[in-house]
Order: sequence, then C-alpha cells, then structure tokens
Amino acid sequence: MIRDAYVIAAKDLRIELRSRTALSQLAPFVVLVAVLFGFALNADRTVLTEAASGLYWITVLFAAVLAIGRSFSIEVDDSVIDMLRLSDLEPPSIFAGKAAALAVQLVAIQLILIAAVVILYDARIEDPLLFIAAAVAATVGVAAAGTLYGVLVAGLRMRETLLPILLLPVLAPVLISATRAFDDALGNAAVNGWSWCGLLAALAVFYGVFGGWAFGALMEESR
Amino acid sequence: MTQELTEVSNPGETTGSSATLWLGAVILIGLVILGWLSFVVTEADIELEDTVRIMYVHVPVAIMGYAMFTICGIGSAMVLWKGSQWWDHVAGAAGEIGVVFGSLTLATGMIWGRPTWGTYWEWGDVRLVTALMLVLLYVGYLSLRSTTGVTGEPSRAAAVVGLLSVCMIPVVSRSVEWWDDRTLHQEATVTKLDPDIDGLMLFTLVFGIVIFMLIGAWLLIHRFRVAHLETELELYGVALAVEQRIAETTDVEAALSVAGNDRKDES
Repeated sequence: MIRDAYVIAAKDLRIELRSRTALSQLAPFVVLVAVLFGFALNADRTVLTEAASGLYWITVLFAAVLAIGRSFSIEVDDSVIDMLRLSDLEPPSIFAGKAAALAVQLVAIQLILIAAVVILYDARIEDPLLFIAAAVAATVGVAAAGTLYGVLVAGLRMRETLLPILLLPVLAPVLISATRAFDDALGNAAVNGWSWCGLLAALAVFYGVFGGWAFGALMEESR
Repeated sequence: MTQELTEVSNPGETTGSSATLWLGAVILIGLVILGWLSFVVTEADIELEDTVRIMYVHVPVAIMGYAMFTICGIGSAMVLWKGSQWWDHVAGAAGEIGVVFGSLTLATGMIWGRPTWGTYWEWGDVRLVTALMLVLLYVGYLSLRSTTGVTGEPSRAAAVVGLLSVCMIPVVSRSVEWWDDRTLHQEATVTKLDPDIDGLMLFTLVFGIVIFMLIGAWLLIHRFRVAHLETELELYGVALAVEQRIAETTDVEAALSVAGNDRKDES
C-alpha cells in the first residue's frame, strides 16, 4: 500500500514540479491574501499581530481549495481517473498518495506564508515545537478532507463552486483548533495549545480513515 | 401515453392519501391547541417573562432538525451499504426538511436572543455557532444532491457527505455540556428524570414536540413521494425517448425496405 501511495504522490508532485502551478500561482496568491488582510484591517499592526493565527489559517484554507481543485482537475481532464480505476491500485492507496502530495504542496505554500506573516504582521513564534506540530497536524487534516471532497466533486460540472461550499464547513473544526494552537505558539492567548494540537491530530486521523474507506466508492462515481 | 405522463406528474393526486389527509387535519387542530396553550393557558416565566413562549416552538423545531439530520445519516449509510434508491429518497427528503427545521431553530433562537441576551447573535455561544455550521453542512449536502446522480441510481457522493455531516449532531447537542463555560444556553431540562420546569409549561413543550414530530412525518412522507415521482417521471421520459428512437429506426428500415422492393420491381 505504501509503495502504491508513493507512486501516486510522486506522479502528482512530478506534474506540479513540471507545471509549477503551486509555486507560480499559489505562492503569490497566499502573499496577496496576506497583504489584502492588512488593507482590510486598516494596516493596524496590533490588530494584525493579534489576528495573525486566524488570518494565517484562513489563507491556508483558500489556497487548499485551489490546490485541491487543481489536484483533481488533472485527473478528470484527461480521463486519468479512469486509468486509475482500471489499474490494480487499491483506492485507499490512491487516497493516501493524493493526500500526501497535497500535504507537501500545502507545506511548501505555508513556508512562504510563515515568512509573510512574520514580516507583514510582526508575529513572533514563541513555541516553535508547538507551531510545527500544529501546522503538520492541521495540514494532514486539510489534505485528507480535501482529497475526500476533491474526488467527491471531481466528475461534476459545477465542481469549482461546489468544492468550497462542501469543504469549508467540514474544515471549520480544523480552522478553530489550528487557530487556537497557533495563538498559544505565537503567544497571543493563554490557551493550552497542545490540547488543541491533540484535537487536530484526532481530526486528521478521522478524515484520513473515513477518506480511505469512502474513496473507492466515490472514485467509481466520478466520471 | 401522454395521459399516463400527466397522471404520473400530477402531485395533487399522487402524493396525498387519506392517511396523510387525516394526519394534516390532526396537525392543524394540534397547532391551534398549541397556540392556545402557549399564549393563553401558560403563564409568563418569572425570569424570562413572555419570551419563554417562543421556547414552545424553538425546542420542538430543534429536536426535529436533529431527528431529520439523523434520518438523513441513516439513509446515507443505507445507500452506501445497500445502494438503495428508496433510502436515497428518504435521505434527500430528510436533509431538505432538516435544513428547514434547522433554519427555523436558528431564526427562533435569534428572535428570543435579542430581548434576552441583548443581541441576535452571540459568538461566545458554542451551541449557536455549531448549530449554524450543522445547517451549512446540510445546505452543502443539498447543493451536491442537486448536481449529482444518474436517473434511477442513488448518489453515493451525497451519501458520503450525509454520513460525514451526521457526525456533527452529537457535537451540537452535547456542546452545552462539553463547553459549559462557553455557552449561554442552559443544560438539558426536559430530558432529565426530574425536569426543572413547571408542569403546565412542560406539558405545552411536550405537546409542541409531538405536534412538530407529526409535521416532520407529514412533510417527510410528501417529500419522499415527490422524489419518488420525480425519478419515475425521469425514467418514464427516458423509456419514452428510447421507444421513439426505436420507432424512428423501424420506420426508416421499413421505408428502406419498401424502396428496395420498388427498385427490384422496376428492374
């Protein structure tokens, strides 16, 4: 299963490396959103510093929606998903591979976003270990739920508009938990960030297990 | 055939039955009694004053919202397990009615919140926020249902979303206990063995729950029948189109055959 997941993840990442969509479009996008939040909040540094955690994760979710749409459009446009269905790869392996590739892209985007938040919002990372643990757990959760909902809407005509309507409410618990954990890591609020990080890990496991289970049935339906 | 099509598509004759007619009559009488109990018989609360009367609608619609979303979840699980079209109709109907009840819950809660809490919306109240998220999840579910599905086949994509969304119900219903420091809602009063509520008020509340259960059942039956008829109509339309294409092909073949015979006769 791990080998099959690796094959799928490598395929997706190779396509992204060659097309450079993540780097050439999503990276400027997250920086642009971070700047626009600054304009929207009247460029008030105190407010931006206090709201940095929430703004960070909202930006990640927006970028994730675009990345997920891209991840499945490459499968549907050239009927690659039919080839995947005909291959002897197990659906949970395909799910794991696509989720892993998506997680890697989200991590790459977040590296740029972290720099933007530190520079533009004057955010200070006071607990780097918690910051990294929360970011990794939340990214895995977003990638797992995103992959599940990505295949769910893959074959539909209105997938671009349906995906955010379906995905964002499901990711609300991830957004809340990640924001609270980051609040602690950035020293913005006196909360127990590690307990929120634990919730993020539980959500990641839940979305991962549910996604692995449901992916096969959904792949059959996405034509 | 056109007459059959008209009969199939006439909801006035086919979604109602004598049982649903009687059920509807009982509901109407029950609503009148509920209004009388709520506004005339029961007295105002010592603390909440007259605003307490909205609870006789708010609590029943909230319970029915949970019930409908749960039925939607069960229907979705059955679709994934058995691939049943019947359960797909049940899930879709329950999801729609659940969104209506869920929205009514939010609306009545906000109307009550303004004079009681001094605001329509309180971000600090975890139940309010989670209830909104629940309704939004099912709005997404309905959007998905409106775009998916092959005629006569249940939608597994919608079933997965329905099953995943149902996981939110315990979070909403137990949120008052789990985050008791982050809510303005009170803990359960009716479901306890010794309810903290006056006898007549309790009776009115339970009566309201029964009436709204009947409303939920009535709506579910009718919406299920509409969904079933929609599918029947679509399948009938497909069958009709296939029949017409076959008839056209047969006509063309017959015409070619006649033309061929004429040519032979001429030669």
